Amino acid sequence: MAYELNGVSYEADEEGYLVDLSAWSKELAELIAQDENIEMNDDAWEVVNFLRNYYEEYQIAPAVRVLTKAVKKSLGPEKGNSKYLYELFPYGPAKQACKIAGLPKPTGCI
Amino acid sequence: MADYETIPINTLFEIPKLNPGVMKESSPFVAAPAHQEALGFPGELVDNWQEKAIEKLGELLEKSRALRVYMDGCVKCGACTDKCHYFLGTGDPKNMPVARQDLLRKIYRRYFTFSGKYFPKLVGAEDLTKEVLDDWYSYFHQCSQCRRCSVYCPYGIDTAEISMAAREIMDHIGKGQKYCNEILGKVHKIGNNLGLPEKALINTLEDLEEDIEDETGVKVRIPVNEKGADILLVTPSADFFAEPHIDGLIGYAKVFHQAGASWTVSSYASEAANFAMFIGSYEQMKLVAERIRKAAQDLGVKRIIFGECGHAWRVAYSFMNTLAGPFDFLDPAYPVPQHICEYTWDLIQKDKLTLDKSANDHMTLTFHDSCNVARGSRMGDTPGGQFEIPRAIIKAVCNNFVDMAPDTIKEGTFCCGGGGGLLTDDLMEIRTKGASPRMTALQEVVKDSGVTHMAAICAICKTQFAKIMPTYGIGMDRIVSLHQLVSNAIVLDVPPEDEVEAETNEDVATA
Repeated sequence: MAYELNGVSYEADEEGYLVDLSAWSKELAELIAQDENIEMNDDAWEVVNFLRNYYEEYQIAPAVRVLTKAVKKSLGPEKGNSKYLYELFPYGPAKQACKIAGLPKPTGCI
Repeated sequence: MADYETIPINTLFEIPKLNPGVMKESSPFVAAPAHQEALGFPGELVDNWQEKAIEKLGELLEKSRALRVYMDGCVKCGACTDKCHYFLGTGDPKNMPVARQDLLRKIYRRYFTFSGKYFPKLVGAEDLTKEVLDDWYSYFHQCSQCRRCSVYCPYGIDTAEISMAAREIMDHIGKGQKYCNEILGKVHKIGNNLGLPEKALINTLEDLEEDIEDETGVKVRIPVNEKGADILLVTPSADFFAEPHIDGLIGYAKVFHQAGASWTVSSYASEAANFAMFIGSYEQMKLVAERIRKAAQDLGVKRIIFGECGHAWRVAYSFMNTLAGPFDFLDPAYPVPQHICEYTWDLIQKDKLTLDKSANDHMTLTFHDSCNVARGSRMGDTPGGQFEIPRAIIKAVCNNFVDMAPDTIKEGTFCCGGGGGLLTDDLMEIRTKGASPRMTALQEVVKDSGVTHMAAICAICKTQFAKIMPTYGIGMDRIVSLHQLVSNAIVLDVPPEDEVEAETNEDVATA
């Protein structure tokens, strides 16, 4: 599949994960989120930005626990729990938020 | 939510109405050329695939006497027909174990038996056509290789071996499964299924150490690549990443801490799982297993202990020695390899752990026997140890435990629905439907006995349940790691005051 944005086509895999990680932009993220029925509010952006920064340093998405802790730090304890993350990204913060952040899908028994 | 409906089963073992072909279209994403070639398989379906497939089947029949017996042995008695969770959950007759076997058996008969070569119609032999290959790809990826059917087969025909052989054939003609093959590539390159690099592993575990200290006030270490440690812990990489897996990892760390053990994980062999078993590839299985041997030798450990991973324990317990042995460099005083449950149970029996059962009083537990542990391995030194030891640990750390219906546990356990390389989003429909028998048994004890949580000792089971339980009206947080229960109950020794002070001073001095 592919995403179309401003007349440019961005290649994605069967599940909608971007093939070229460097092709990501905020506009593209909004488009992917729309496809996933996710509204990108400030909190959702906070998560996506954290994922991108973490990925840049560690070449993988963070463990759910690491993400929860980071969200707790930046958005407060009432939001730093997996229940809230699942409210933001119902299909799982790791997989769905990664897709919007333009990162590869985490694989394995997760 | 999903655009399909699960078949409600009102009573266990109610045989569903037949629904021929309903799951025909359910097949996983095909591996991309890059995933295939990284494992030495052709990138895409080769031109002469029929010829190559038959040649490969011939080779497998030569290598495995068992496979030939399974191909020849079936008498169509029907004992297996209602034993598969995917049949019970879908009603698709091709998910009856005998029908699944027949997908390969009809080709075996056509090309490898006298009667099939000359009188194919009389013996149910068929040509290998594109339609047959499509059926193979669909229905051999609707088998979790859980081996429940083989328990009830009077001839002991093992459908798992047949589906492994079929997948091995498909890999060799260029039609592999994306999920398994991409993951195996990551293990070769990075050391684990997740693709978690060393730097991220160390960061995650340091973070976890901080969390444990914040929660308990005790410094519990999770060492990485520590040379000269006594024990190498090999655990599924999901234990570093996912919930509730990571709570189990905290449990192992606390147990090691209380035992005063010297232990480490390895970033090179940071994966217990061996998905090569799912695709039936001996060569790949050997490559993955050899990483564990190399890590053990490089770190100079005396023992290898496996964390909570179902099929990894089957590979470790049953095949490790032939794949990567001999392990004569390890301490022969301990089982090679050992399961974390055996280790913890041994400490409990020797009264080396202080346990406060009341810490788990907010839960009533049941236990899901993982298929590969139940039917492909053992624990301890008595028959049935793989059933009794996990239950004994739960009973030692929890006051409330109830088993599910007898025909759904121990050697008759139902697969979680996500095993055997099926734990991928593109197979969510078959995963959800296949979980129906286990969910029915769980709902029964929830209703009748007030069970609140189910414990498991397999990363696949834990992920699968967290994902599909909400469809069955059970919250995703109701699946727990067995060692999470141990973690809750274990009373950690708080170091004496002066030691804490000394450490603090040291921190200041080095800062």
